[in-house]
Amino acid sequence: MTTTSAPPPPGPILETSTAPADARRVEQLKPDLLLSPEHHMCPGCGEPLVLRLFLEAIEELGLATRSIAVVGIGCYTSFSGSMDVDLVQALHGRAPSVATGVKRMLPDSIVFTLQGDGDMVNEGLQEVIHTAARGEKVTCILLNNGVFGETGGHMTATSVIGQRTKNTLDGRDADYHGYPILIGDLIAQLEGAAYVARGSVHNAGAVARTKKMFRRAFETQARGDGFTFVEVLTMCPTGWFIPTVEGPGYLHDTLGEVHIMGELKVDGVVHTTEQLHAENAARAAEMEAKLAAGGIDA
Amino acid sequence: MSTTTVDAPGIAVTERRLMEGSEALVRASIVAGCRFFAGYPMTPFTEVLEHFARLLPEVGGVCINAESELEAVGMAWGALSTGARAATGSTGQGLSLMQESFSEITVAELPLVIFNMARGQQDYFQATRGGGHGDYRHIVLAPQDAQEGIELVQLAFHLADKWRNPVLIYGDYLLAHVQEAVTVERIDFPELPPKDWAVDGSRTGSGLSGTVTSLGVGKIGQFEFGQEGKYQYIATKMPLMEREVRVETGYLDDAETVVVAFGTPAKFVKYAIKQLRADGHRVGYVRPITLWPFPYDAVREAAAGARRVGSFEMSGGQMIDDVRIGAAGQAPVHFIGGVSTDQSGFGVGRMLDVVDVTARILALHEGGEQPPVPGYETYGYRIQPHQMEATR
Repeated sequence: MTTTSAPPPPGPILETSTAPADARRVEQLKPDLLLSPEHHMCPGCGEPLVLRLFLEAIEELGLATRSIAVVGIGCYTSFSGSMDVDLVQALHGRAPSVATGVKRMLPDSIVFTLQGDGDMVNEGLQEVIHTAARGEKVTCILLNNGVFGETGGHMTATSVIGQRTKNTLDGRDADYHGYPILIGDLIAQLEGAAYVARGSVHNAGAVARTKKMFRRAFETQARGDGFTFVEVLTMCPTGWFIPTVEGPGYLHDTLGEVHIMGELKVDGVVHTTEQLHAENAARAAEMEAKLAAGGIDA
Repeated sequence: MSTTTVDAPGIAVTERRLMEGSEALVRASIVAGCRFFAGYPMTPFTEVLEHFARLLPEVGGVCINAESELEAVGMAWGALSTGARAATGSTGQGLSLMQESFSEITVAELPLVIFNMARGQQDYFQATRGGGHGDYRHIVLAPQDAQEGIELVQLAFHLADKWRNPVLIYGDYLLAHVQEAVTVERIDFPELPPKDWAVDGSRTGSGLSGTVTSLGVGKIGQFEFGQEGKYQYIATKMPLMEREVRVETGYLDDAETVVVAFGTPAKFVKYAIKQLRADGHRVGYVRPITLWPFPYDAVREAAAGARRVGSFEMSGGQMIDDVRIGAAGQAPVHFIGGVSTDQSGFGVGRMLDVVDVTARILALHEGGEQPPVPGYETYGYRIQPHQMEATR
């Protein structure tokens, strides 16, 4: 568990009065499928990072002009207005069923849902399970921060043991509150699921890997191979009641230890938790070695 | 004349033949252009789902056996968002599960058609008062038999698109299960504007992408209702929809006693009144075809010249509220119906019998006591001593 510490000292003041010749403005860096780079999320929130990743993936794969989003209810609902994507706003928990109706009427479209862990794993668990079991050719995206962020920090079905929330003040107690649901692992077991992955946005490497997961998921949907699922662990320092800068570390040490990152099912083949652990350990060891040898570029 | 309906070869039935009511309703739906249905089995609605599952694939449509009513209505929501004609249904019990979505679908202005093959007429309030949270109504059509059902189902799809508001077909065990000789022929309605509000993905990335939502939100730079604006807009639409009122009346000219009844029981009432007329009794009827909007004007006119008005319904007394509003105190309104189903609660009760219905109307007409509702003596609630007085 991360302990609270004093904020880091401010770095050197950047000279901003004259921009370098190759400097780019924020607007130039935003994905084309975003109407505005502005968002109203808290500092340190991981959700806007995920928004960027799946919008870029859709664009790069050339799927934009047949993409339809179905968005649930949570903090991310505000993305509905900034995504330049044909969109259906669903009720809390109901997005996979709504996506099913859209896809069945427009089989050539690329349909994806956007839900949080409260929306998908609490309110609408049945919907996502059955949609996966039917092999519905849609992509369900889960923004998993283990907390009801929008209501102000309450326990969800994915909150980890020991996690402090507004209704688990002394930490989630397995005996009293039960155990977290590892939704990605659950869905990977279903025959109808073709591709299942769990990414994260807590560091640059995780962001890059998550982007690849989105690409594979959308490619799999475009091929018509079955249900696809991308879960992304996202920071919620507000809902975790920790300083903003500690968000990535807290994610890695708590949620990331329970909801193991990696590709859980590729081309219909399930990867076990042991395999994911081994892959992640190998990657970490490789990184350590590179750092010891003088840096990642070395 | 019409482009809102799509040809469905093999679905229309031009030569009169014996057909189960459920099948007639489903064929009429497909003839009206319905291409998506999702539902969950529940007696007496189940056969509607069966016929959709069998017939929709024949015309390139889709019927999904949903995991629950919550999913069924969600799937229909998605299909409607693409501009397709789509429907769902259940009994009143199953529709209770769908109410959250019904509320939001109405505010999102999606043209859903809902089939309630009800267990009796105890879902009148659920059907006509909105049913879920918020300020809204659904147009409710109550066919008296399968042939009228074929017309009203096609009307339902037209009205749903016309008003961008759900329309509910109120049926029951008799409508769903009785076989009648019918034809299923397409009705042409006036042309409707294109569904430019629907989404198909083609506008993604254009800067003009669309949103189907009940929340009043739009894209950055586009017009936004906001939640209050959306609610206010829906509230102003409801009174306009009241002009779709439909009613059938009979023998009212010199009627001393007027009976109001809807759906399949109204057909029993109409028959009983015809027989009573032949015997010289001055009785008439009002049959609301739309339960919402309710034909208040027709009831008001009928009550103006009558000595008494009766509400015959297979419930504890729900429509009687609307009958009283319509009668507006011009004549006393009496409840002459009652709860009557079979033992399972699914089907047709003992009260729905021409002899019993006639006796109830005659008792009202002659100022006598209503005959007991069959079963009330056995099951009737016995008041407890502590319940005798109101708490002050």
